Amino acid sequence: MPTINLAEPSVMIREKRLGTINAFTGTASEIVQKSEEGSLRDAKRKFSQCLGCNAQQAFCQLAMIKDVAVINHAPIGCSGEFSDFNFTYRIEQDKRDLPEDIGRYFSTNIQEKDTVFGASKKLEETIHLAYERVHPKAIFITTSCASGIIGEDIESVADNATKELGIPVVTCSCEGFRSKVWTTGFDAAYHTVLRGIVKPPKKKTNKINVVNFWGSHVFDEIFARFGYEAQYIMPFASIEELEHVSEAAATIHICPSLSTYMGAGLSQLYGVPEITAPPAYGIDGTDGWLRALGKVLGKEEIAEEIIREGHEKYVPQIEKLKERFKGKRAYVTAGAAHGQALIHLLNELGFEVVGASVFHHDPVYDSENREMDVLAHAVKTYGDVKDYRVCNKQSCELVNALIRNKPDFIMARHGGMTLWGAKLGIPTLLIGDEQFGIGYQGALNYARRIDETLDSIEFIKNYSKHASNPYTEWWLTQEPGYFQGGRSGGCR
Amino acid sequence: MSQAIEQPRFTCALGSCQSVVAIKKGVPILHSGPGCGGQISRIIGQGEGYAGGSTAPCTNAEEQDVVFGGEKKLRSVIENSFKVIDGDLYVVLTGCTAAITGDDVAAVTTEFQDEDKPIVYVEEGGFKSNNYASHERLVNAIIDQYVDKFYESDEKIPGLVNVFASIPYQDPYWNGNLEGIKKLLTDIGLKVNILFGGESGGVEEWKTIPNAEFNIVIGPWVGVKIAKHLKVKYKQPFVQFPYLPIGAIETSRFLRTVASAAELDTEKVEEYIRKEEEKYYEHIEKMASFMLEFRYGIPRRVYSIADSSYALGFSKFLLNELGIIPGTQYIVDDIPEKYQDLVREQFENISELDKKRDIEVVFDPDAGNNQLKLEEDAKKYEDKRILILGSAWDKNLASKLNADLLIISPPVQYRLIMNCAYVGYQGGLRAIEDIYDIVLSTYR
Repeated sequence: MPTINLAEPSVMIREKRLGTINAFTGTASEIVQKSEEGSLRDAKRKFSQCLGCNAQQAFCQLAMIKDVAVINHAPIGCSGEFSDFNFTYRIEQDKRDLPEDIGRYFSTNIQEKDTVFGASKKLEETIHLAYERVHPKAIFITTSCASGIIGEDIESVADNATKELGIPVVTCSCEGFRSKVWTTGFDAAYHTVLRGIVKPPKKKTNKINVVNFWGSHVFDEIFARFGYEAQYIMPFASIEELEHVSEAAATIHICPSLSTYMGAGLSQLYGVPEITAPPAYGIDGTDGWLRALGKVLGKEEIAEEIIREGHEKYVPQIEKLKERFKGKRAYVTAGAAHGQALIHLLNELGFEVVGASVFHHDPVYDSENREMDVLAHAVKTYGDVKDYRVCNKQSCELVNALIRNKPDFIMARHGGMTLWGAKLGIPTLLIGDEQFGIGYQGALNYARRIDETLDSIEFIKNYSKHASNPYTEWWLTQEPGYFQGGRSGGCR
Repeated sequence: MSQAIEQPRFTCALGSCQSVVAIKKGVPILHSGPGCGGQISRIIGQGEGYAGGSTAPCTNAEEQDVVFGGEKKLRSVIENSFKVIDGDLYVVLTGCTAAITGDDVAAVTTEFQDEDKPIVYVEEGGFKSNNYASHERLVNAIIDQYVDKFYESDEKIPGLVNVFASIPYQDPYWNGNLEGIKKLLTDIGLKVNILFGGESGGVEEWKTIPNAEFNIVIGPWVGVKIAKHLKVKYKQPFVQFPYLPIGAIETSRFLRTVASAAELDTEKVEEYIRKEEEKYYEHIEKMASFMLEFRYGIPRRVYSIADSSYALGFSKFLLNELGIIPGTQYIVDDIPEKYQDLVREQFENISELDKKRDIEVVFDPDAGNNQLKLEEDAKKYEDKRILILGSAWDKNLASKLNADLLIISPPVQYRLIMNCAYVGYQGGLRAIEDIYDIVLSTYR
């Protein structure tokens, strides 16, 4: 079934498009098998803790496009993240030698009377205000629970503004309640850009799209070897660059959970090839990824050359560090595909990965290419993960899983979870920069940081002695997936 | 105000969940969309406290809850919150979804109240107000639905006062400020219900609210509704000090105001003030020689883009004790119109020498607009070094104007705050250290 339909203003949510689930208790091989069969079913929890919503994911992809203004059509509370992303925006500008600027983000500040009498007029006014203050190249409008329930025709407001102002004014449907899977917000942002900004190709360029957050530019050197240029999208891309992403030679992913909607969109609509091998994490992962890239670009011999050099330069250093990780038990908590890549990487570094709590699970991606299943790849290469859970960022489930597994080390990817490792006295590492672990250098980077984390044990041990614990004794003795029970389709 | 806002510096009505986090072993239960809790703690909150952030229970509204209602889910989450999280007080707060679809949160929560569970509800809906106004409603709800259950007699405990001052997390320095206020009041002989933060006594302290002799409100507007409510409910008078007292002049004035309301022994209070001022002015002497002799320039004009309580407290302090003259004051707390005159009047009478000071006061939560005006206005002072009292949003503006920025408003991103306080004698000295630290660190 074609899932990318630009005639629709809203992206189809991940649950419907990909069959994404938020709850699972079992083994890694079970979830891989059920994904292949298409037999995964979600469960409803009887207790839940604060999640995140797709508006945040949509905003993070749209808000740092260089020459835009973003309007959040929402009550003021939905703009809590504005300043956080502005902080990131400023720091990353500095790293990229860009001029100092702030993110131009507006809230329409929906209030009670607007929910009764309508908020379209307010949206129109805010569009004008943003245009006057910023003179952007495009304006994006992100929606909210409140604007969604009032149910106004914001499409026509945006269309009228586009005609009037002569710049694209594009909506992004990301109401918090719309999808149970917050990563749908990424898809919503790409859908917005695909339908409102990207133009059909006029020529082919030697650029390769790297769909990412605001990670470091580790692909420059690799692509240069192939005679290509990395084009990092969407944060820090300009509207003009985004208009032409359809002309690129290929699209790569740093994390399939993030960007396969964009990859599949560019491939299906404009024939831009998508690299569907698992991302370049770990030595073995990097080998596979480079070969896949070489194949798409028709330069397999260069891929082999880089692989040879990478092995010579980095493998001996990594081998040395591996000695120190031997016999250590690791636990992973992360989004989805990135977490699965970390499982692969930790196995390769010599850890025994005893368990994982990942936030959601996509049984398939928009390309429908099974090669992209990072977990399947990890299981095939290094064997099963016996305690594999889809925890939907429920920290209560993570705590119980950690208590049962007693790992020596926790690798986290996402805020809000690391505290629990520390509270239990377990060295815990979170790496913010997604690109930090890419390639051979990335594998070494990770090995060094893990070594450093295991070494710096004094703080963790002291902190855990004094940390508070809000969970009851009853809860701490329950099976972590307790609240996934009942209609536990996906659960053991 | 209801217009669009660029650079928000407060959050929605649901933001009072952070006030629950600030009560010892308080557990907020959000009946809201999945992203609300995160949005709030990202602008007001560093760290998740006992059971806030990603630990806080939430019904995480989805499409079917919006269509069919979410009461059943709420009941289940409340029931299990008691089982999973060890709390002293649970507060159910509603977001936009539940408010628009009209879930009967009162009915669901009352079922648990009837079982004598320590639980309170506040029907908010993010769009209904902001977190300044909802903080008052939260406190009143806790008083009515929880504290009042334990109310036995009209008997007042001599010297006991309830204090309604900084809003937890909306005042980034709330914890330190509340500790500071409690210390000052305790030092002059009062017993203090400070209610939030490290120096409070948790729910046991809340239970003694009815036994206080009177209430103290610090700030021009937030807290007044609580004090008025208590005046009717428990016949407690209240005294209001309309801004955060920073430095010696204002702190002494604050203590005298309270002492007179409490009919404390004037001699003892004056003795305390004398000692504190003596210590304080010993330090000011060091500062004075620096200020008078430093040749490379220190701030001469101060702009605030801040809430009314901070803007007033700091402006008074900076003018009268450091000689930094207030420029236009941009007040961003969406203060209701009926309180705006009080703030204007305080600014008119800001000089301790009754010198006429013509300070423009702008009430506008659209800080993006305020920044544009400030930049324009600052052209008048091209010969002067400027201090901005603002938030993380003002970093670029400050660097553009070569101004010094002291962050006293959310969002705070560029500071890590634990118990730093600007209130009181100590807080004044701390403010001086921080301001001149920022100034001096610009010289290489």
